[in-house]
Amino acid sequence: MEPSALGNVASLAYSLPEIVLGAAVVLLFLLDLVVTRKETLGDVALVTLALVVVLSARLLWGDSAALYNGAVVVDGFALFFKLLLALAAFATVWMSLGSREIQKNGTGEYWAVLLASTLGLLFMASSTNLLMAYLALEFVSLTSYVLSGFMRHSRRASEASLKYLIYGGVASGTMIYGMSWVYGLAGSLDFRAIHTALMSGQGAALPLYVALLLTLAGLGYKVAAFPFHMWAPDVYQGAPIPVTAFLAVGSKAAGFALMIRFFFTAMAQSVGAGVYQLVGGVDWSQLILVLSMVTMTFGNLAAVAQQGNVKRLLAYSSIAHAGYMLMGFAVLNDDGLRAMLFYLTVYYLMNLGAFVVVMLVANSTGREDLAGYRGLAWRGGALPAVAMAIFLFSLTGLPPLAGFVGKFYLFAAVVEKQLYLLAVVGVLNSVVSLVYYARIVRTMFLEQPTGGEGVVAVDWHNGLLLGLLTIGTLVLGVAWGPLIDFAGRSTHFLAY
Amino acid sequence: MNVPVENYLVLAALIFAIGCAGVLTRRNFIVILMSVELMLNAVNLTFVALSRQLVSMDGQMIVFFVMTVAAAEVAVGLAIFLAIYSQRRTVNADEISLLRW
Repeated sequence: MEPSALGNVASLAYSLPEIVLGAAVVLLFLLDLVVTRKETLGDVALVTLALVVVLSARLLWGDSAALYNGAVVVDGFALFFKLLLALAAFATVWMSLGSREIQKNGTGEYWAVLLASTLGLLFMASSTNLLMAYLALEFVSLTSYVLSGFMRHSRRASEASLKYLIYGGVASGTMIYGMSWVYGLAGSLDFRAIHTALMSGQGAALPLYVALLLTLAGLGYKVAAFPFHMWAPDVYQGAPIPVTAFLAVGSKAAGFALMIRFFFTAMAQSVGAGVYQLVGGVDWSQLILVLSMVTMTFGNLAAVAQQGNVKRLLAYSSIAHAGYMLMGFAVLNDDGLRAMLFYLTVYYLMNLGAFVVVMLVANSTGREDLAGYRGLAWRGGALPAVAMAIFLFSLTGLPPLAGFVGKFYLFAAVVEKQLYLLAVVGVLNSVVSLVYYARIVRTMFLEQPTGGEGVVAVDWHNGLLLGLLTIGTLVLGVAWGPLIDFAGRSTHFLAY
Repeated sequence: MNVPVENYLVLAALIFAIGCAGVLTRRNFIVILMSVELMLNAVNLTFVALSRQLVSMDGQMIVFFVMTVAAAEVAVGLAIFLAIYSQRRTVNADEISLLRW
């Protein structure tokens, strides 16, 4: 019952999604030299990602295995995230194909860099080694800097990219410093070996605590949790809208994947029945609990104060949602993890949907401020306005939408663990969030257009994506059974 | 002469702190980027020192990767600085403030 890690050649069969993605990146760079119609490259990227989804799904029926001498694994948890991340990238490419911002700056590298970033995300979801984790995270970071500064002639985008680079450099530098301490205390870079060392009582508690705090800086920055969130509003506002959506959904999910795997496999011990126990004498679940409360409260209060730019408002909302999802992390059992995975999927649908609507409005009118949404329902944009209302109420957590089910499972896990303070803070925050979500809905429906806003048109291409995301949000609100079962099965880590 | 590992760790911590202070206090983005590189060098020193202490090659190996990543980060960073400079003729943090509340 102790399968060892596979060697390099034997691992290849399990890495088909990554191989296809890597080959596509190279192919796209080459095609860019010969193809003149750049949308073709986008179509290639779309087909590649569909293939990656299929290949990852196929692995669900195979065995779990540790690959490349223990650098990465394929297990239920990694595959859940691979599917989610590939789908997030798929939707991003679809969005980019219909985005005027991207088309105006149309060069072929965009698609290659986007796929490269996705490759990094897949590795983040499956790495079981500090070196691999660091490299995957940096790979995603570097490609994200390029993507967010992609509109080279936009002053706003360059500034966003610059701020992202500086914050990212500091956060990942701090993280790798923390990792160097973990290495010194546990004597290894491998998650399992770190776990074994900590179980045997190696490593003093105080330095380990400091090391964890430092490591948390890099991971917290990826998921935009409180003290490391500063980049999010600026980057979300400045980056092209599809890239913003990609960062909000993809990077956040991968950040959570890496965070969960590191803390649950290296810093905790499964004691059966889906319950985990801390090892190494560091009470990090208490730390995450405080972080969760502060993050959601800060995100929501800042969003309430935010009056102007809708993308910036969604950035604060995404910080708040990082806080909600951390609740499932703090309870330290499989129920919490299952709730987190479920919520991440739901969040993917509703948040991406909201960004599609933002993109539709920006495509037609070039505006991203709240005033640009005045009377949206009465000037050709009835479909996006209704869809936006559904997404925003789902983000608030109102029944019968998917967001309600997601929050229900999160709160259930928290209450079951008797963390009543956290539950109360979470519920209060949901109420506060209604203020700013409802403000957008009111602007779209109850205010009349003054005439200067322009007509919002919906083409079939973007309309179809919007329709699919809306249906997903509605269906998961009433028939969540299969997904929650799948999430429940995916909370198992390979103990090789 | 045998230098104990603690000395290396303290030195690395000091360099890391100097890098952090540089990021926080400097106003020129190129100097800020250099400070980030200083932080990464502190990390490298820690890894190498611990690697010798633990008699394990993992620490030495990771240093190569950290150096490569640092170089890539500088390449992307300088490209972004060039884009910014051609737009505004400055890389000063106080003058680059389009994105605010």
